[in-house]
Amino acid sequence: MASTVGSPVARSRPHRSLMEWLEPWLYLGPSLALLGTFVFYPLLRSIYLSTFLTDLLGRPKLFVGAQNFADALTTPKFLQSLGVTVLFVLYTVPLGILLGFILAMLANRPVRGNKFFQLIFSSPLCISVATGSMIFMMMYNPVSGLFNYMLSVVGMPKVNWLVDPRWALFSVGLVSIWLRLGFNFVLMISGLQNVPQELYEAARVDGANGWSQIRHITLPMLSPTIFFAAVVGVINAFQVFGEVDIMTSGGPAGSTSLIVYRIYQEAFQLFQFGTASAQALLLFLVIMVLTYLQFKLGERRVHYQ
Amino acid sequence: MSSKDRLGQVLGYAGLILAAAIMLFPLAYAASTSLMTRAEVSTFPPPLIPADPSLANYAELFRAVPVFRWLLNSLVVASAVTLGQMVTASLSGFAFATIRFRGKALAFALFMSTMMVPWEVTMIPNYLFFRSLKLTDSYTALTLPFLATAFGTFLLRQFFMQIPRDLEDAARIDGCSRLRFFWSIALPLARSGLITLGAYTFLSTWNQYLWPLLVTNSKQMRTVQIGVRFLMNEEGLQMHRVMAGVVFFMIPAGLMLLWGQRYLVRGLMAGAVKG
Repeated sequence: MASTVGSPVARSRPHRSLMEWLEPWLYLGPSLALLGTFVFYPLLRSIYLSTFLTDLLGRPKLFVGAQNFADALTTPKFLQSLGVTVLFVLYTVPLGILLGFILAMLANRPVRGNKFFQLIFSSPLCISVATGSMIFMMMYNPVSGLFNYMLSVVGMPKVNWLVDPRWALFSVGLVSIWLRLGFNFVLMISGLQNVPQELYEAARVDGANGWSQIRHITLPMLSPTIFFAAVVGVINAFQVFGEVDIMTSGGPAGSTSLIVYRIYQEAFQLFQFGTASAQALLLFLVIMVLTYLQFKLGERRVHYQ
Repeated sequence: MSSKDRLGQVLGYAGLILAAAIMLFPLAYAASTSLMTRAEVSTFPPPLIPADPSLANYAELFRAVPVFRWLLNSLVVASAVTLGQMVTASLSGFAFATIRFRGKALAFALFMSTMMVPWEVTMIPNYLFFRSLKLTDSYTALTLPFLATAFGTFLLRQFFMQIPRDLEDAARIDGCSRLRFFWSIALPLARSGLITLGAYTFLSTWNQYLWPLLVTNSKQMRTVQIGVRFLMNEEGLQMHRVMAGVVFFMIPAGLMLLWGQRYLVRGLMAGAVKG
């Protein structure tokens, strides 16, 4: 299609063609300028910085080529972060989706008051990382916290939730799951509402019971939603920061040092902006692969209107 | 109704109530703790409900830290970002949806590609940029990087594309300029898209954590989220006071969920495709 097809009025007045040409760019201008300044330029700047060692003010000082990347992939600290992050994904993503699915199944029944329960189940949507983490920190308190009290009631030994390296990542994960549960819930319930009711009716006529309806109708019909939730959940888990910063500062012994927290420390506590940039670009790579998977395999799921 | 159906219904309700209780428990417990006295919080076992509920912790909180200033900061930042995104994204979404021009496909691809770039990658240069301009601790630093949005552009473009082409042609023939068409016809028609974007943007900006943590140093410029984070240091480990802050700062976002659940949910789900 030629791009000159304009309105009849404009076509009859050639001297307006400059305006015609300029017009779309005026509409795009504000966005382009801002995205250019705060996304494209910083992206290039990050790539540039990642090949340098910097001073404390972030000025590139010593060109090191790909050394920062090589270092990142060989230093135990960064590798530990990667491992911790993968473990964190395994702790939080499947369980979060499962819980979201259960809540959605419960609240999707056409019973009185289900709208009220839907509102409650989506409530974590409005809870920020900071407030959620503070509440759980209180409950995790090893001495006066509620969780240890509940354990003691059922006769179990106390747990040092955030201080014990064997428990800390799990404890942080629990908060993340709760914070994400509202989102997983609304995702799952909108998936459930898109399953045609006739399928269930037909199954009932054929004598399928509840469980086999779930297995043979609900889950297959929901699989694009579950896939979408999984990819988005993994991407999100790779970007978790606040919970760690507030509750554990990456400790104990680096056991909760998720990758974004690691990058944060490298850049803003150690002032190694070059190596931090390299690490952030590695994170970008991971997320790019995940996003690509999402768009390629989950295309069907991205239409909401 | 058979007895089996009735049993199913009872079990269904039991499940709903149990799940709701578990999900709301942390919030209820925080609210309850915020009404306790210091003595109560430090007893073991910890009480679930204050014996003598009082708002003293809130009064103490308002006295000890600039709560209303933080609230104002968060309101200013979230409103500015929301408004800014609505303006920039409706302009660019409109152009992509209704104008034909050379380079459109490339420009659109460029826009969409920014959705792939995670915030963590651009955060370091952006931070250095604002610091070199001595603009940390300013509303500029808190808002400027977020005033444009590829996601919002994409979202609103979908809405503008639903406007019949004939409608625009008719308006143009009647002498309506494109800008006027945009302002008085297209924008009102895309209203629900704008609200969706607005609700999503406001809430996610309100809850933002890492960027305000980086660019605010002075106590006066903290947003609510950063304020809450450092209440711990201010108040030692006096959790009953900290919880007063937590509960207080949760109210605006909670109201938002009550008011615009439908829009918020739609926005969040569409927004989830962002990297």
